[in-house]
Amino acid sequence: MQAKDIIEKAEVLRAGLSTGFRDEMVKSLYREAEIIARRAVRRAGDKKYDLDQRIDRIVTSPLTGLPIMLALLGIVIWLTVSGANIVSDASATVLFWIGDQGKAFFEFLRLPWWITGFIWDGVYRGLAWVVSVMFPPMAIFFPAFTILEDLGYLPRVAFNLDWLYRKSGAHGKQALTMAMGFGCNAAGVISTRVIDSPRERLIAILTNNFVPCNGRFPTLIMLATVFVAAGFSGFTASVIAAAAVVGVVLIGVGFTFLMSYLLSRTVLKGEASAFTLELPPYRRPNIRRILYTSLIDRTLFVLWRAMQTAAPAGALIWVLANIPYHNTSLAQAIAQWLNPFGYLLGLDGVILLAYIIAIPANEIVVPTMMMVYTNAGMMISTPETGEAIRSLLVGGHGWTLLTAINLMLFSLLHNPCATTILTIYKETKSLRWAAMSVVITLGTAFLVTFLTASLARLLGLV
Amino acid sequence: MTEKPVISTPAEPCAGCPAYAQLEQMGIKMDGFERVVALAGNPNTGKSTLFNSLTGLKQHVGNWPGKTVTRAEGGYKFNGVRYKLVDLPGTYSLLSASQDEEVARDFLLFGNPDATIVVTDATALERNLNLVLQVMEITDRVIVAVNLMDEARRKGLEVDTRSLSRDLGVPAIPITARTGEGLSLLLQTVADVIEGRILTKPLRVNGTPEFQKAIEQLVPMIEEFVPGIPNARWVAIRLLDGDARVRQVLESGKLSELIASQRREEKAYSARMAVEGRL
Repeated sequence: MQAKDIIEKAEVLRAGLSTGFRDEMVKSLYREAEIIARRAVRRAGDKKYDLDQRIDRIVTSPLTGLPIMLALLGIVIWLTVSGANIVSDASATVLFWIGDQGKAFFEFLRLPWWITGFIWDGVYRGLAWVVSVMFPPMAIFFPAFTILEDLGYLPRVAFNLDWLYRKSGAHGKQALTMAMGFGCNAAGVISTRVIDSPRERLIAILTNNFVPCNGRFPTLIMLATVFVAAGFSGFTASVIAAAAVVGVVLIGVGFTFLMSYLLSRTVLKGEASAFTLELPPYRRPNIRRILYTSLIDRTLFVLWRAMQTAAPAGALIWVLANIPYHNTSLAQAIAQWLNPFGYLLGLDGVILLAYIIAIPANEIVVPTMMMVYTNAGMMISTPETGEAIRSLLVGGHGWTLLTAINLMLFSLLHNPCATTILTIYKETKSLRWAAMSVVITLGTAFLVTFLTASLARLLGLV
Repeated sequence: MTEKPVISTPAEPCAGCPAYAQLEQMGIKMDGFERVVALAGNPNTGKSTLFNSLTGLKQHVGNWPGKTVTRAEGGYKFNGVRYKLVDLPGTYSLLSASQDEEVARDFLLFGNPDATIVVTDATALERNLNLVLQVMEITDRVIVAVNLMDEARRKGLEVDTRSLSRDLGVPAIPITARTGEGLSLLLQTVADVIEGRILTKPLRVNGTPEFQKAIEQLVPMIEEFVPGIPNARWVAIRLLDGDARVRQVLESGKLSELIASQRREEKAYSARMAVEGRL
């Protein structure tokens, strides 16, 4: 018996069947389902529950849908910014105090200077920076986001944005995968499996990184709080910082559309396909489960991952900063060498060095950068509060508002982290597309920061 | 509804609750399992919630269709028997195109589960029954879990599961996966169906006699070509339907490969899912 025989036989039998036999069968299937359901379900009384529909009419209306979405995003980010602000400074103070005590204890034991330095100025400080910068915003953002997800709001977002995706030649469900990207881009890439068409799925994969994941949010929040909102205080400051972060997120979403548009008109040509999307009923979120998934699963997971990279990164920076090289340290020499290129992008050599060291998990760019500044002898004390960070960077290292804004843009647009690149490779089974994801994002990041830097200098703003 | 909650919340076993004497959440401990149970259903009907309640795992659950894109596996023990539970991505039909729906279809077809629970949404039963009928084309051992009974009650809907069971020819159990209502009855029914204490007689929409005859001729040929194939009937139907993909799988000899891969345990993967909980 061979496959050929079976298929031949099937073809013969098929020809003998009256046309449309299967359609008939499917139709009777549906008819049967209808009859059975009608027999089994009874509407008791005239309890009419159209509350869901009434809410949907508002949140998915062409007029109010987008503003509501924007407002919700704004609220979530404002909560994160203002909440994180309070916790961040406090936790930094505590963590760095512990570091000082540890160092003093090691010195008391008369351990060699390089052991003390390597452990407390290198590894420990790397960990402390990551925890104090990343943990507070994540612990607020993840639960808030999960509440919206559990409520059933995400499909409404997809519904609202569908026309924009269709215009960009992409799939409307890309809104869902993009929303997943806010949590983690690797998860966002995996979630593109809900998209049927391979073409549209690739677009969704390649553009997912333009939404800042939770690893990158803290960077954006810190820069917005410390630089953009500098000079304001209290409530106004938190609103301005939140507005800056929302602005950056919108720029990212804008790039998703732009890049989808460009891709679907060049390498991934095609029309957007139609799909049906069910709007599930609104459900009351289960608070205990939300706290569990968002704190234990998501926050601690992301934090643990960041710490695993931060510890060796801290160690590497300490070593680089303590290897002498022509009257200065190796770290400083590399930073100086990178400086001209950094200048072109409105950044500086230290930022680029930090970025290179942090490639495995580029969400730790800011902590790494702070470590380079401190360890290369460029900063004498460890700044603990936002205000101290600002005055040191602006006063000591020539930072401007442009530096901060371009660093925000750079961390929004630059290449995916190692995990995400690996996930893209696994999902597409193609080295070419994995490489493309890096080229597209990094190219965009260089181009955009170069343009903003040049423009700012041309206009004499800096 | 007259149905009383049998289990409180699975997270907090009450000592006096008989169901808890029987149900033991096994998490990712799946070694030496004796039975395989698949969880199928339309998207967003609460399969993952049910999966979590039974296994004690923390598979991410989202209120949007398409949250589960790969299959997750976990274990539970009921009345001393170890079961492996496979949570499949939601699907509207088995004639599917997208990758997540294919995962569900391939497992039901070639994974040969001992029983399949089709989780349905009590508030949208008609649409959900289409899938139930299609799953019943593939396998006899089907249990219909009518989930979201609490939502149905709130909407003023009454679902007569007895009428449903009678019409479908397989047991239909009302549950609310979120609160644990009806779960012990569901598990007992699953056990009874597997052990043959409950004999199912699934309703089959058979089509014309000539179609039946055509199937009867093809099935033995397919069974001879792929020994041990669990669903020759379905493959025959698809071939008669002119399904190019099924034809191609048959021609390239990938059919046996597909069957073998579906039987392989995905334990390592499940363990990672449980630890990372990323999806």
